[in-house]
Amino acid sequence: MPGSFTRRVLLAGALAAGLGGCARGPDGGAKGSRVVVNYWEKWSGFEADSMQQVVDDFNGSQDRIEVRFLSVSQVDIKLLLATSSGHPPDVAGLWSDNIPDFSEKGALTPLDAGLAKAGIGAERYIPLFWEMCRHRGFTWGLPTTPGCVALFYNKKLFRAAGLDPERPPRTFSEFESMSRRLTLVEVERSGRVVRVPLDDLTAGERAARRYTLVQVGHLPQDAGMFLSCWGCWFGARYFDGDRRIEAADAGNVAAYEWMAGAARSYGVDAMKNFVSGFGVSQSAQTPFLGGAEAMVVQGPWMTNFIRRYAPGLEWGVAACPAADGVGDGHPVTLAQTDVVVIPRGARHPREAFEFICYLQRREVAERLARSQQKFTALRDVSPGFLRDHPNPAIGLFIELARSPAARAVPRLSIWHEYDAELSVARERVLSLREAPAEALAQVQQRIQWRLDRVMRRWDAVGAKRIAEWKAYDAW
Amino acid sequence: MTPGERRRTWAGLAFVSPWLVGFAVFTLYPVCASIYYSFCDYDVLSPPVWVGTLNYSDMATDNVFWLSVYNTLVFNLIALPLSLVSALALALLLNQPVRFQGVFRAIYYLPSLVPAVAGAMVWLWILNGRHGILNQALMAVGISRPPLWLDDPDWAKPSLALVSLWGCGNTVVIYLAALQGVPRSLLEAAMIDGASAWRRLVHVTLPAISPVIYFNLLIGIIGGLQVFTTAIIMGGAERSTLFYAIYIYYNAFEYRHMGYASAMAWILCLLIMALTWLASRASRGFVHYQGD
Repeated sequence: MPGSFTRRVLLAGALAAGLGGCARGPDGGAKGSRVVVNYWEKWSGFEADSMQQVVDDFNGSQDRIEVRFLSVSQVDIKLLLATSSGHPPDVAGLWSDNIPDFSEKGALTPLDAGLAKAGIGAERYIPLFWEMCRHRGFTWGLPTTPGCVALFYNKKLFRAAGLDPERPPRTFSEFESMSRRLTLVEVERSGRVVRVPLDDLTAGERAARRYTLVQVGHLPQDAGMFLSCWGCWFGARYFDGDRRIEAADAGNVAAYEWMAGAARSYGVDAMKNFVSGFGVSQSAQTPFLGGAEAMVVQGPWMTNFIRRYAPGLEWGVAACPAADGVGDGHPVTLAQTDVVVIPRGARHPREAFEFICYLQRREVAERLARSQQKFTALRDVSPGFLRDHPNPAIGLFIELARSPAARAVPRLSIWHEYDAELSVARERVLSLREAPAEALAQVQQRIQWRLDRVMRRWDAVGAKRIAEWKAYDAW
Repeated sequence: MTPGERRRTWAGLAFVSPWLVGFAVFTLYPVCASIYYSFCDYDVLSPPVWVGTLNYSDMATDNVFWLSVYNTLVFNLIALPLSLVSALALALLLNQPVRFQGVFRAIYYLPSLVPAVAGAMVWLWILNGRHGILNQALMAVGISRPPLWLDDPDWAKPSLALVSLWGCGNTVVIYLAALQGVPRSLLEAAMIDGASAWRRLVHVTLPAISPVIYFNLLIGIIGGLQVFTTAIIMGGAERSTLFYAIYIYYNAFEYRHMGYASAMAWILCLLIMALTWLASRASRGFVHYQGD
């Protein structure tokens, strides 16, 4: 029957088209004579727009490769699943602290042989950022936009508290004393609600807990990239670099003791009540952008958020002072970088490599950094970069990143789990439910147990994996 | 089987094959694979390495695992009875022959149609310790220091239990359907015998709808032990709302301990089976089926 035949043909055609689509995947392999390179990046909004511009420039600069940029949320989890299924993108934008985990699990392509041929090496980068791209003796990615943190402060609040707005704290004790002066509460006295400094509360008012924090000098919950890493400013080590976790070392215990001191000073309930009134980090609802926190540790990206959410904020920025004796006189900061990697199983590693090398050109890296208000990981800075940069504080961040006392989070494949445990310990310490040493001892025990499991696996597969990495040369 | 029957069987199988293939690929295989992975050290990217019962023995010493079990059971002990009783009470009210009955029913069912993420975001602001409308209302009636809800580990689980009531519309609909089936003759007979409204409810209505209460209890246990979406969005201080399914998710996708997560998933499956069996045993004297 003609009708039946037609239906069969249509069904077969639809099936073939569907299966064909499944087998071919989304990239289509090549567009005309160009090789299509799929690039997944975590950025969205203006950061994604700025990278899209760079990608467009790359696509326009040659006629062999077309990079297709895709903004992907939770890129680390999605990359993991795509790589395990054998269909990863050709390039992915991760964070530097993903590298130990992803590389040890065999999810990334080692770049060393290609970098040697391209003449790209350590000498080109600020050492801290180059090291972040390496793990177990191999290079796994290249930096795009790095960041480190400094102390942003609100000049108007400084002035109102009788402090010099052009003189931020230089020592940790100054940071503490200024913070106390900048902390205000509301309390009812003689039937009237008055606003007074926290230190002016009477013992009775404190004991009755009938006051409300309305402005704080700083919040220990607010520490930029890694909330649990205040230990860096107290000389904490976190990890011995080999097989031993050091969560409960003296520096970290001192940092957590300091947090507990802040909770006692503010009052646990008053502090929780104050914090609960604000929203998530990097939004208009943060206490600093709302004018209710005088000092906050944040990265260069903060200027974007100030411009967007609090354009009237009168702000300054300086290195965040460290505890006495930490940093040997050098400013202390915590740094991290965005990186681009080539996942294992990428279909076009050579073309992907060409693109990520393009991102390392000074003029390209600076254009991207400028549009995101950040700096580059390169040692060499062009003469006009600082002069034309829209972020007036960018020079300070570059200086901090080059400081011998600049720190990165531990190079550990289980860092995210470690960070989560430290955060839980921080919450318990801030609510005074647990003593710092006790809370950190639990972190130590748990993360050491996890690391032991990871190392047992690495001992079983490490030698084989290293041999594979050494032999890899698709360049 | 005649050739015609055989042809019809094949045709039937062909028509259900999309579901069969989907079930085999997306359910049956993952379930079977997870049994194997639960005995392996598996990080998704590298081939699994057999470790015997290590994942199961690790659970015994993992404090966070036990905390997640505790959180889940406590949450269910609060949320499940609260949800069953509230939904029943609502259904009884909505079963009354009043004006705009349909409108009321629609209003109470409406929250069930709100996506879980959107609902959670709204509740985050309602429960905000400082600016939340709930605490503002409590302060307006003289409670000067209302709880901080999710920011207080002691209040976080009751907060989520409160939020879970928001979506009880589905349960209400099931109860309403059951209430329509309560034999009118029995209610009339009880009324003629002088039974009060309360006695009619306890001695006629509840026994008549007991199979549906039992059904909702089972569904509540199964769903409650897997509570995930609202809790992971809303969070809770100091791991107070780290429920079992959330801990499985963290292990599987955040920390990449897929073997351990698989073992946890199987323990959850056994736990659900055990609780369901217990519930069915315990309910024998209370559930009355028509014709019994």
